[in-house]
Amino acid sequence: MDFRSLTFTDVSRHFGRRRVLNKVSLRCEAGEVVALLGSNGAGKSTLLSIAATLLDPSSGEIRYGDASARAAGADLRGRIGVLGHELSIYPELSAAENLRFFARAYGLSDVDGAVTIALRRAGLDHRDDPCARFSRGMRQRLALERALLHRPRLVLLDEPFTGLDDSAIHALRERLGELRAEGCIVLLATHDLETIDGLADRAVLLLGGKLVTIPDGSGTLRERYRRALHG
Amino acid sequence: MKKRFAPLLILTAAAFAYAPLAIQRAPYESTMGLVQKIFYFHVPSWMAMFLAATVCGIASAIFLFAGRKSYDRIAVAGAELSVVFGLIGLITGPLWGRKAWGVWWQWDARLTSALVMWLIFVAYLLLRKYGGSGSEKLSAVLALFGMANVPFVYLSVNIWRTVHPKTSVVMTLEPDMGRPFLVCALAFVSLCALMLLTRVQLENRRAELDELFLALED
Amino acid sequence: MASESVVASGDRAMRSAPAARSSFLATAWLITRKDLVIEFRSREVVYTTLFFAVSCVLVFAFSFVKEGVAAQDAAAGILWIAIAFSGTLALGRAFERERQNDTLRALMLTPVDRPAVYIGKLAGVLALLAVVEAIVTPLVALMFGAPVLDHALLLAALLAAGTIGFAAVGTLFAAMLIRARSRDVLLPILLYPITIPVIIAGVRGTGVLFQADVDLPMARLWLSILVFFDLVFVTLALWTFEPAMKE
Repeated sequence: MDFRSLTFTDVSRHFGRRRVLNKVSLRCEAGEVVALLGSNGAGKSTLLSIAATLLDPSSGEIRYGDASARAAGADLRGRIGVLGHELSIYPELSAAENLRFFARAYGLSDVDGAVTIALRRAGLDHRDDPCARFSRGMRQRLALERALLHRPRLVLLDEPFTGLDDSAIHALRERLGELRAEGCIVLLATHDLETIDGLADRAVLLLGGKLVTIPDGSGTLRERYRRALHG
Repeated sequence: MKKRFAPLLILTAAAFAYAPLAIQRAPYESTMGLVQKIFYFHVPSWMAMFLAATVCGIASAIFLFAGRKSYDRIAVAGAELSVVFGLIGLITGPLWGRKAWGVWWQWDARLTSALVMWLIFVAYLLLRKYGGSGSEKLSAVLALFGMANVPFVYLSVNIWRTVHPKTSVVMTLEPDMGRPFLVCALAFVSLCALMLLTRVQLENRRAELDELFLALED
Repeated sequence: MASESVVASGDRAMRSAPAARSSFLATAWLITRKDLVIEFRSREVVYTTLFFAVSCVLVFAFSFVKEGVAAQDAAAGILWIAIAFSGTLALGRAFERERQNDTLRALMLTPVDRPAVYIGKLAGVLALLAVVEAIVTPLVALMFGAPVLDHALLLAALLAAGTIGFAAVGTLFAAMLIRARSRDVLLPILLYPITIPVIIAGVRGTGVLFQADVDLPMARLWLSILVFFDLVFVTLALWTFEPAMKE
């Protein structure tokens, strides 16, 4: 099961009387990094959850290539990698154990190989202790590698730059560039405009549940963001 | 909905209007006397409760496996009415039992299963009220498990009680008692159906209101 | 935007990582093993649950002691109440861990069979409760002079079947409640009415084994009821796990 695009068509989602997403339409292609911007509570996490098949939309359609989530079945989940806010790693296990567990869960044929590469990438191959002792940056790096272990086509990241220092941010930017080169579809939610500037191919903004494209043009991302906000 | 409402209302009203007359005219039971007449309201309440519970169970199954949201509203209505009619049964039962046999409660299979069923639907309502968002699916699972559970409770209490001597509810039902019982049964069942329809209507209106609210924002 | 050729070579790299879906049992074991390893490292849940079960037994024992002698019939009841209460606690704690790290969601995102996740978690809980019961049952025997060794196999079967029934429903409910509000109190509220047949059968079955003139056929009857309950409710849980967990 594979696909080259992610398409949202008129996707809406409400929780009771609260409308979080209002007829959102978006198309992302392979080899693209799309930045999803918006203030806290704008609905970025909801959009990502729907893309991850964790949440159903109230109306509208999501297609992975040509297939819907239901048609694609469980194999679709093997092509999606998610890095959420909570990182989703077991603090009582070591980095290698965490990776090994998820590698097996994803049914990878070469578990040891994949884990070794991932550990080296995260810079954690010399650490044997439980993840509870790691710093936020280290846990984030581990969680990212866990999300990418099964070489997913669609990579969804929710505020990945939170709490990272400069070197970690730089490493993450490089990693995202690599993903783009490999042909992944990267959808990244953030409100860190400076960091994402120059990295993202496109930026879209969730405003009042509606999706607004931030046009390319002159000025920094922040300037264009402000213009889209008030324009 | 509206089409079924009016005739049901008339039927219920008529049955309840006639019921006291029928009960008054019914003969006294040999051992218990006047007190036995609670039976005419007691058993039909349990019948109504059982009807509401079955509606809740089936609607929950459809909601859970087919994902049709409208059935969740029916399930809520069923659960609420189960609790209400069950409560009537639980109050009239001990009142009758105390006067007739001197005990407030008996641990026989029927009573215990009914009590457990009632507790499950109370738990259903508590879950919906305090469980936060997403508790619709959870309560549907509970209703399903609850319905599956009742035969087991009945079976285990039955076996438990056969080992010990039991004071059973043996009543001599005279033929003239049939008519008032039927009238009351009809009254309660149609009242239950009526209230179910009304309650589901209320939930449907609420859902419509939510949708209008959302549409207004556009 | 990356050029077509770069994307194409990237595609080839992507496709060279084939993923086969592991079998149902392999997945379940993967999860159980992970839970056991985590629990073994900290031993937090097993120690606290064990201590809680022992306190339970003591509290109930004192409640039923008359003139310094513990009531004979109370032994079976106290044993099963302790199992039910400590079981509820263990279930809550086990899923609280998953909730804090949002790891259950990550597991749901993998292509594994959802029912296998349920079985995996269930097996973990059962292992935990087995340890607790292995210690609490002799304790109850000691305190009440209950003849635990006489029909040890049948007693073990009763405990196993009852615990499976209780844990089967409990695992499902605890997993469902992971994102609910007031989940701590809602778990027992939902669990206890449903597991009443388990308690009845367990207490009665154990009771006839503990009494002076043991009634073996009766005990076996209660055991078969428990097994029947287990079959029905594990099946029901497997059916409803996936639709219940979808948000």
